[in-house]
Amino acid sequence: MIPAPFDYEVAESVDNAIELLGTREETKVLAGGHSLLPLLRLRLTRPSLLVDVGRLDLSYVRDAGDSIAIGALTRHHDVATAPLLQEHNPLMSFAAGLIGDPQVRHRGTIGGSLAHGDPASDLPAVVLALDGEIDIAGPNGVRTVRAAEFFRGVFETAVGPQELVTEVRVPKLIGDHVWSYLKFRHRAQDWATVGVAAVARRSNGGVADAAIALVNMGATPLRAGAAEAAWIAGAADPGVEADAKTEPPSDTNGSADYRRHLARVLVRRAVEEAEAR
Amino acid sequence: MRTVSLTVNDVPHEFELDPRELLVYVLRERLGLTGTVVGCDTSSCGACTVLLDGESVKSCTVLGVQADGHEITTIEGLAESGALHPLQESFHEHHALQCGYCTSGMVLAAVSLLAENPSPSEDEIRHALEGNICRCTGYQNIVDAIGAVAQ
Repeated sequence: MIPAPFDYEVAESVDNAIELLGTREETKVLAGGHSLLPLLRLRLTRPSLLVDVGRLDLSYVRDAGDSIAIGALTRHHDVATAPLLQEHNPLMSFAAGLIGDPQVRHRGTIGGSLAHGDPASDLPAVVLALDGEIDIAGPNGVRTVRAAEFFRGVFETAVGPQELVTEVRVPKLIGDHVWSYLKFRHRAQDWATVGVAAVARRSNGGVADAAIALVNMGATPLRAGAAEAAWIAGAADPGVEADAKTEPPSDTNGSADYRRHLARVLVRRAVEEAEAR
Repeated sequence: MRTVSLTVNDVPHEFELDPRELLVYVLRERLGLTGTVVGCDTSSCGACTVLLDGESVKSCTVLGVQADGHEITTIEGLAESGALHPLQESFHEHHALQCGYCTSGMVLAAVSLLAENPSPSEDEIRHALEGNICRCTGYQNIVDAIGAVAQ
C-alpha cells in the first residue's frame, strides 16, 4: 500500500518546524514514522504536508538534577539502553525495551509515541505513572505540561496543530523504589491488550507514593487510584478495584469485560513483582 | 520530487523520489534488489527488514526521503567476494528456511542483533526475532543457526 500524495519538508530547527507547521491546514509532524506511516499507508490520515523533524538535534538522555531529561527524538532503543535511565529510572528503560520489536525500537521515538496519543502505547502510561513532564514548543515559545494534563483522548493530546514535543522529563527514583511494568499481548510485537505500570517507594514496612497507570483501559492512559490506595493500605490483593472508573474498549483483542479482568489480575501481579524486586 | 542520496550495499546512488515512496520500493523497483520482500505491508512481519546504518529497520515503514544520506544494507550486500556471510552459511547449514520468504529479513535481524550483542543467549535470540514472522514455523532452526554463529 502506498500513501496518498503529500508534500514534504525537512525542518532545519525547532523554530523552522513550527513555522512549517503553520504554513497550511492538515500538516503532520514526522519523526520515526512508526505511528504515522502505517496510518498513511492505510490512508486513514491524509495530511497535505509532512514536516520531517527527524534531523533535529533532539536525541539525548541527560541528567537534569532531580530528573532525567529525554530528547523527543530519542528512539525507544536508546531509551531502553541509556545507562542514566537504567540507573535512575529502570521502569522507563524496561518499558521502552518492550515496545513493538527491535526494528520498531530502532525507529520509533519517545516524542512521537507521546504526541500520537494512542491509549494502547506503553510509554504514555509509564510517563503518567511517573508524573513526568513534557515540553511542547509552539509559536509562543516552550510550555511544560504534566503527564496528567497531556493525554486528552484517543489520539488527542495537549499538543496543538502548530506545536512540537521537544523533551520529556521523568524523575530520578531516589531512595528504595519498587516498580513493575507488565503487558498482556497475543503476539510478542503487539500493542498491549492491557498493560500496567506500577511504581512506589518502600516506607515503614509498606509502600508510599504508589502510582499505578493502566494501558488501553480507556481513551487515555489512566491512573488506577483505588488500586494505588489499596497498595498503600497493604491490601492482600490491590488489584480488586483496578478497573474502577475505567472505560476499556472492546475489539478483536478482547472485550471490555476481559480487559477489566486483565487489569485486576495484572495489577495484582505487578504489585507482587514490584515488591519482590 | 526530492533529490535523495543513498548508499546501498556500499554503492552510492542518487534518486529523484516522490516523498511517499517507501524505502522497500526504492530498493526493489529502482535498484532491482528483490531480495528484500514485502510480506504484510503493515510493519508486522519483518520480511522487508534491511539495515539502516547497521541497525535493523522495516523498509516498508521508512520513507525513501527519510533515508537520505544514510547507508542501507540489503541481503544482496552481505556476501563478500563471493563468500556467504557467516549467518547465511549458518542458515544453510542448519536448514533454517523452508519457503525462504522470511529469510532475508531473519538474516538481517540476526546481523543487527549480533552487531549489538555478539554472544546472545537463546532467550535473547528469540526476543530479537520478535519482529520477524516465519509462516513455515521454522523458528527452532533459525534460532539454532544464529546461536551457532553467536558462539
